Amino acid sequence: MIEFRKEFFADERDDNLNEIGKPTRRQDILGHVTGRSPFFDDHLFDGLLHIRCVRSPHHHARIRRIDTAEAQAMPGVVRVLTGRDVPRNLNTLLSLLDFGIDDEPLLADSKVAYKGEPVAAIIAETEAQARAAVTKVRVDWEVRPHVLDVEEAIRPGAPVVCEVYKTNKFIYHGKYDHQKMRYGDVEAAFARADHIVEGRYQMSPIEQAPIETCGAIAAPETNDRYVCYTSTQALFFSLGTAAKVLTTPSNRFHFIGGTVGGGFGGKVDSVHEPIAILGAMLTGRPCKFAWDREEEMQVGAPRGAERWYIKDGVARDGRILARKFTGYFDSGAYTRLSSYAIIKSVGHLPGPYTIPNVHADVYCVYTNRTPATAMRGFGITGVDFAIEAHMDKVAEAVAMNPIDLRILNAYRDGDMKAHRREAKNCALIECCQVVADKAGIALQAASRAASSLRDGGGERGRLPAHTALDQHGVVTGIDTGGYARKTGAQGRPARHIEMPGYTMPTAASAGRAPAQSPARPGAASTAASPSTATEPPRPAPADGGNRRQGAMRFSAISGLRRR
Amino acid sequence: MIQSVETHPTLAEAQRAMGSDAIFMAGGTLVMRDVNAGVPARRIVRSTDPVLAHIRLSGDGVAIGAGVTMAMVAAHRDLTFLAPVARAIGGPQIRNMATVGGNLFAPHPYGDLAVALLALGARVALAGQSGAARPLADVVRDRGRVGLVASVQVPRPQAPADFGFLKASRIKPKGVSVLSVAAHLPRQGGRIRGARVVFGAMGPTPLQAIAVERVLDGQNLDAATIARAAQVAVDGLDPPTDALATAWYRREVAGVHLKRLLERMARS
Amino acid sequence: MAKTPVVFVLNGSERAAFAAPGQNLLELLRRGVGDLSPKYGCGQGTCGACTVAIDGETHLACLTLAESVAGRRVDTAAGLASGGQLHPLQDAFMQTFAAQCGYCTPGMLISAKALLDRNPTPTREDVVEAISGNICRCTGYEPIIEAILVAARGRERA
Repeated sequence: MIEFRKEFFADERDDNLNEIGKPTRRQDILGHVTGRSPFFDDHLFDGLLHIRCVRSPHHHARIRRIDTAEAQAMPGVVRVLTGRDVPRNLNTLLSLLDFGIDDEPLLADSKVAYKGEPVAAIIAETEAQARAAVTKVRVDWEVRPHVLDVEEAIRPGAPVVCEVYKTNKFIYHGKYDHQKMRYGDVEAAFARADHIVEGRYQMSPIEQAPIETCGAIAAPETNDRYVCYTSTQALFFSLGTAAKVLTTPSNRFHFIGGTVGGGFGGKVDSVHEPIAILGAMLTGRPCKFAWDREEEMQVGAPRGAERWYIKDGVARDGRILARKFTGYFDSGAYTRLSSYAIIKSVGHLPGPYTIPNVHADVYCVYTNRTPATAMRGFGITGVDFAIEAHMDKVAEAVAMNPIDLRILNAYRDGDMKAHRREAKNCALIECCQVVADKAGIALQAASRAASSLRDGGGERGRLPAHTALDQHGVVTGIDTGGYARKTGAQGRPARHIEMPGYTMPTAASAGRAPAQSPARPGAASTAASPSTATEPPRPAPADGGNRRQGAMRFSAISGLRRR
Repeated sequence: MIQSVETHPTLAEAQRAMGSDAIFMAGGTLVMRDVNAGVPARRIVRSTDPVLAHIRLSGDGVAIGAGVTMAMVAAHRDLTFLAPVARAIGGPQIRNMATVGGNLFAPHPYGDLAVALLALGARVALAGQSGAARPLADVVRDRGRVGLVASVQVPRPQAPADFGFLKASRIKPKGVSVLSVAAHLPRQGGRIRGARVVFGAMGPTPLQAIAVERVLDGQNLDAATIARAAQVAVDGLDPPTDALATAWYRREVAGVHLKRLLERMARS
Repeated sequence: MAKTPVVFVLNGSERAAFAAPGQNLLELLRRGVGDLSPKYGCGQGTCGACTVAIDGETHLACLTLAESVAGRRVDTAAGLASGGQLHPLQDAFMQTFAAQCGYCTPGMLISAKALLDRNPTPTREDVVEAISGNICRCTGYEPIIEAILVAARGRERA
């Protein structure tokens, strides 16, 4: 039941719209109710071959040898694929945006880092024959110690999960082993606060569980092209990924998708399309690679688990003076999209509240679990759970009604947010008022009278006079390469570097950092003048711009670049 | 991989066709999911024997053919005491397919009907064995090697209130058991005589709660007795940890659900 | 491995296909005779996306041995509309936005039709029970329940 409360912000809205606010029939619903909507598997091919993967029974193991001879001889088996058959058997999804280092094989060839990781793929005439042959592939495993907990994974001496990131932490922007936010000075504010409220919050991984499992069918087409019907949610992303790992120009692929049997984020990882196309390339026949339900649940990348520590400094009257976050995202064995989830997450901190001092260190941690990926608001919903649970805890500490506490601290139009943007179109106060009304909760007079349109800006709209900076978690000697780099035709592969872990920056490395970074390397504990944020944007230095072009473009879309 | 499917007109012929490489299929709800997942068996054996679908009164009980479906149990006028159990199993499609015989062999966490049948003291007639029917408890214990079931003979409770069943699941209305519990508490002069209480999903097979039965026997079903029964609910049980619940959780809630069932029975 | 010929009536027309040993009805319908309306969701009898009616009773095609439908009547969502006219349930599903991705819809429709054929004036509880074997991950069920009730009310008036 939807209720429109049009009395709010009426003058900000034009209600003379043709579509918005009026029901309209979905353009695809006739196909849905007649069973004719063409999902990827609703395309029939004569002579279709079926692909099933051989998967690791171990959380973490080195592969000594893969013997496919017996499987190859099984009835109906046309071909067995291993990592050697994949032209470029190392990829990271966001390399198409120049974000991160290639870290994950399509078919593991030297080690596996999670239970269910594929090491070979059987191509057979029937699915049953492919299943039978899977059991005949012999893998000589050297089982290694594994780690399943984020904080254990980043302790010294923990098993190295992902060989590319030897400290089990993603490297942000080639510079830090976590994503940072520094705004004001939380430690100074804690010292002034009447209450310190601390909490630890743990979320579980969540499987998207679409009713249609992930899959793709690829077939040779005319003109030396391959058609690929896929369940992907991200057609061009999957196209680009397939082109990259198969080292084939994308104009030789004809991707058809858009009819997806539920995705919720679980259909962006682009592992089915390249395997199905590779099968079609190597056999010359149509190939289908789809997960069964058990695979969807076991190896389908979930919303990653998150662990959050929150520490608040609170005044007696309920105003939150400072909030400090330490977050650990469980990325599983590889990066996929967790690195990006954290960028979103940190951009969302400290929640919809005006808090003058905010500090966050958020880590993308590798463990020997199924890699995590996108799911509805990933990076946001998990930390929102932590924040809102913590708000209730704060309300208890200051003996306030939790809704009054939220209204007291809520963003108002014109306030400065911790990521240095002005708050606009705020509506939390009004939402709280309606919720309280519906739940029969009596609010304080001040809460009832509050409005998102009043009392914002002014002092609340200014940047902190002083922001405490530090070099915690700085990493040097990292080159994240650049697949999608426009300068240079081939791009430059990532340099496989020995990561020193926590190294204090040298003067030279600090000097290379771009001027735009909010937390300036080499400027620890110096005051950032409030006026710096209002300077007009400066063009990046020519050489620095070239060197960091990819990462800068990603920063721009994720809101890190100052505008 | 399945190489052949053999369909026999009588159960006796099907029984003779069985062997170590064969798997018997009734409703298919358990066997076909294994076949879809690549079960190692080579032959599927079926029977179209019409006797398998019979439900008939015999003495003070009912003989239910092994091929009778949950939907048939739920709809049959002589099986009203079992209807709530049958309706608690699967969704409508599963109930149109799943059979009474198959439920006796359903692995954890399935087999809710077997829990109820065990509490009622059902006996099992096996294919090709003319002698007396075997107690269901024996069949459940040896279910890897008992052979094919022809029918289940279920004593009807003397009063409807003597029998109760409860299933706890996370999803409603259709969900797999976190646990299920059935109680048959015949009363003589208000006192329980010959109590049988059986838990499902609290061990590899449906398990009788002997300690609970000892507490109940000879007692009125009053608050004090129910409280004592709940205290010993998990004695002798071996609940597993699975995707639905941990062993710890099952132990914690078993007494609570038993108490709810017994209180409901005491009220009726 | 000898294949078995299976002759059955699909949505009112006689069809024939060869079933491999152990093949399920879902595969036979989709690949054998080209009726793509029942969907694969789990192969375990959990999701209901492959629901079809066999002799008027709902069954899960993924758990039905293909050759067991020989001589029987199988109805799928592809056969709901007739003579260019949508079934009232299809109209109601469109009207109440009872489909988002559409993947569970064919199975839902078959379960709903089996209910209305048996019970033309279902209560909300009857509807919930009738679709309890069909999982939907998008719409949240309410529009689907509403659609089935709308279709039932429409039939009542007709």
